[in-house]
Amino acid sequence: MALLNILVYPDARLTKISRPVKEFSEDLRKFVRDLEEIFRSFPGCVGIAAPQVGRFERIILVDISDKPKHVNHGFLILINPEITFCEGSSLGREGCLSVPDYTGKVERAKSITLKALNQKGEKLEFQMSGYEARAVQHEIDHLDGKLFLDRLVSRRNALSKRVEIPAKP
Amino acid sequence: MENWLMLTLVGKDRPGIVAKISHALFEMKGNLGEASMTRLGGNFTIMLMVCIPESKTVVQEKLQNICDELELFFHLDAIEAGLHQHIEPDVRISIHGADQAGIVASATDALNKAGLNILNLESDVGGSSESPVYIMHIEGIAGKGFDAVEQALQALSRKKDVVARMTPIDTMVG
Ligand SMILES: [Zn+2]
Repeated sequence: MALLNILVYPDARLTKISRPVKEFSEDLRKFVRDLEEIFRSFPGCVGIAAPQVGRFERIILVDISDKPKHVNHGFLILINPEITFCEGSSLGREGCLSVPDYTGKVERAKSITLKALNQKGEKLEFQMSGYEARAVQHEIDHLDGKLFLDRLVSRRNALSKRVEIPAKP
Repeated sequence: MENWLMLTLVGKDRPGIVAKISHALFEMKGNLGEASMTRLGGNFTIMLMVCIPESKTVVQEKLQNICDELELFFHLDAIEAGLHQHIEPDVRISIHGADQAGIVASATDALNKAGLNILNLESDVGGSSESPVYIMHIEGIAGKGFDAVEQALQALSRKKDVVARMTPIDTMVG
């Protein structure tokens, strides 16, 4: 079948908040197959979220196994994903299928605990950190209508990393 | 054909420089492209791409009035340019240590020989006036691989007594 289309910024639909999946039907599985097909058509891309193709449901795919340097859980199909715990922070460079020709530095939690459901509606839980945790946080942002552009750290600030101490009242 | 100009501007920092310059360009139907604007040691500096229907001479005249008023020096060059031509850096380098003559020259010479193509360099002098500290951040492409850059940095670090580190940049696309 024809590949789905990727919504590209500044398409306002990218700011929509996606709703949780309620039915774990054949329709869901078919959509996941279509989503995987378009995801695989972008070499180097490590994640995709359903709203990026105009389906506003909480479904993401993540697969960083092509980056053998990074510890990973293989190909993940995550329905209604939720970060239940996060720790630390790390600065890294991100790009997005929905934002062509631009990459920038983004701060993310270093380690996360992730809960989600699989295609059958069964519970999953993962501990992840680094690159994989970054990919998951980027994709979950799409479900909440956020892009990495909303979290950019400016070049110079990212470099000097000054600690700002709030003034005492 | 698109008419791109590169505007280079420098002058004593004061509020309103960016607003006044960009307004003047807007009035001439200029379309701003990529830009770097920053304060360096009390001066404000601009490097800015603008795509503009007016000729260089006309832009020159209009900007001259504003720049005279704001005591700014500027320069225009016709450039061959376009947007959507970003190149991704694959390595980030940080160098810092006591400020010393020739640190940028030795660092960039070593990195050039190690095959590094610099895409972005920012440097600062911090610390106090008695003991200034030099801090430099570079992003670029390691044309001869990371090992060559790593070795160059280790040699630099020993020779100049600075901290010199590199981190590969692994852009996450999702
Ligand atoms: Zn994205």
